Amino acid sequence: MNSALSVRSISKSFGGLRAVRECSLEIAEGAVTGLIGPNGAGKTTLFNIICGLFRPDSGNVHLRGRDVTGQPAHRLFHRGVVRTFQIPHEFAGMTVLENLMLVPAGQSGENVFRAWFQRPRVRREEHAIVKRAHEVLDVLQLGRLSGELAGNLSGGQKKLLELGRAMMSEARVVLLDEPAAGVNRTLMKTLNAAIRRLNRECNYTFCIVEHDMNFVRRMCNPVVVMAEGATLVQGTMDEIMADQRVLDAYLGGRRD
Amino acid sequence: MELLGIANYLVLFLTIAGVYALLTLGLNVQWGYTGILNIGVAAFFAVGAYTSALLTAPATAQPPGPGLPVAVGMLAAMPVAGILALGIGLITLNLRSDYLAIASIGIAEIVRLFLKNEEWLTNGVRGMAGIPRPFAGVDIAGWSAGGALYLALTIAVIGVVFAALQILYRAPWGRALRAIRDREVAAEAMGKNVLWFRLQSFVLGSAVMGLAGAVHVHYAGFIGPEAIDPLFATFIVWVMLIAGGSGSNLGAIVGALAIWAVWSVTELLGQIPEEPITGFGALRVFLIGLLLQVILLLRPQGIVPEPRE
Ligand SMILES: Nc1ncnc2c1ncn2[C@@H]1O[C@H](COP(=O)(O)OP(=O)(O)OP(=O)(O)O)[C@@H](O)[C@H]1O
Ligand SMILES: [Mg+2]
Repeated sequence: MNSALSVRSISKSFGGLRAVRECSLEIAEGAVTGLIGPNGAGKTTLFNIICGLFRPDSGNVHLRGRDVTGQPAHRLFHRGVVRTFQIPHEFAGMTVLENLMLVPAGQSGENVFRAWFQRPRVRREEHAIVKRAHEVLDVLQLGRLSGELAGNLSGGQKKLLELGRAMMSEARVVLLDEPAAGVNRTLMKTLNAAIRRLNRECNYTFCIVEHDMNFVRRMCNPVVVMAEGATLVQGTMDEIMADQRVLDAYLGGRRD
Repeated sequence: MELLGIANYLVLFLTIAGVYALLTLGLNVQWGYTGILNIGVAAFFAVGAYTSALLTAPATAQPPGPGLPVAVGMLAAMPVAGILALGIGLITLNLRSDYLAIASIGIAEIVRLFLKNEEWLTNGVRGMAGIPRPFAGVDIAGWSAGGALYLALTIAVIGVVFAALQILYRAPWGRALRAIRDREVAAEAMGKNVLWFRLQSFVLGSAVMGLAGAVHVHYAGFIGPEAIDPLFATFIVWVMLIAGGSGSNLGAIVGALAIWAVWSVTELLGQIPEEPITGFGALRVFLIGLLLQVILLLRPQGIVPEPRE
């Protein structure tokens, strides 16, 4: 199987703290890869490196065979990688609708001169974007909050908004950082269905960090375990659960 | 006669308030839209003023100039101030905003020293006099209407700038800037080239400040390096924007009018006693600061809060 993303011995330190150490990982095209590991294993840091927010100290990131190490995040977005944040990064002073409308790439109204002189075109695009944003909000059951300032949403609603932004993009490689945390179960089922559908019907590639093992078992194959900044094992959920090293990592993580 | 005096004073007051409204609109694009902390407003104002002055000064002026039309001067003031901003922005905009603020203070000082010392160009500390004042000497039924006509021009300029900025605020361009202001990292992750947007916002805001300088110089007919006074050209503009409602273009204009009104009234008060009060200038600054505190306590978002769709 081809790799959508391939992480090759990435390292990243913060001061003296080695958050990611010689970490390698393949995210297969068209798969839903789970990334689990104890708190502080370096999962979020790895996401930040992959999507271009952090520059690694060493190692490479390849997107469909192309070296994208150190490229700025906005360029990776346009190359088709989108991510959600574990701690919601909503645009607090903008409405829920605006949070979503911001996302689509290639809006002509982002150009000063087009905004001034091609207003009908900008307006047409805006109509289409509003429509799409409302569709996404309906899926997320946030429709009645569309005019609310995003800063006023609850924690779980902000997580949904994170997902919504990813859904507004056209990126085919989607990195989700703990999408289920704080989201109610019924809604999570809807979201799981949406993720499956995007994966099966539209061939989206997902990599999902999640602590909820039931979620991971249901949604992800393969599952990769990270501990202390490096990948430990990779396999199906059952294989991983049977692996003594994984148990040690989690128990060890809990002990200190 | 009394009435005419009041009318003339009002025209004077509104024209200066109009120049401040333009400066505040420019700062709103930078701070209100994008969160760029520019403490060097005076520099862009001065560069705009000097640009227009240099281009429009007639052969008889001190120093002599090519005498181009005032409209050319005003239009040129914008790109020149904008190019200065482009140069500064390329160096500083990837700095954290507090560092950018410090850099902008330094740059304002460099611009002031340049205008003061490059005598061959700017006539140094003596400043440039004899800059054309459109409509000066126009007489309508015995009333010298030059001031009023220039005020009308100023209002028209403000109207065009306001409309242009308002369109941008509502457009995806403004949306991207506000997103950057709220959460730079998330905007970047959503594909927005944060540096490029910040640069555009900085350049556009500075161009409007340059235009304010040009409007000022053709009203005053004179410009000297003391125009880069951090109190008058930067501090007050910030107060106007914060009081009026940072993020709101209408707020920027209302804030400029309100604060300039208070400033002017306190000036009149200062002239009432026979003996001028020592330290009155400092007292005025204190009063303005106090007023800002009161406004922000009563209306934390300013007099005209930023609109939310
Ligand atoms: N910006 C940063 N500055 C300093 N240290 C950081 C930074 N980001 C992460 N770290 C450190 O790097 C280590 C890995 O953190 P990371 O957030 O990647 O863990 P994680 O696997 O996502 O954990 P969790 O499951 O709790 O979210 C932690 O020790 C953390 O304190
Ligand atoms: Mg994490």
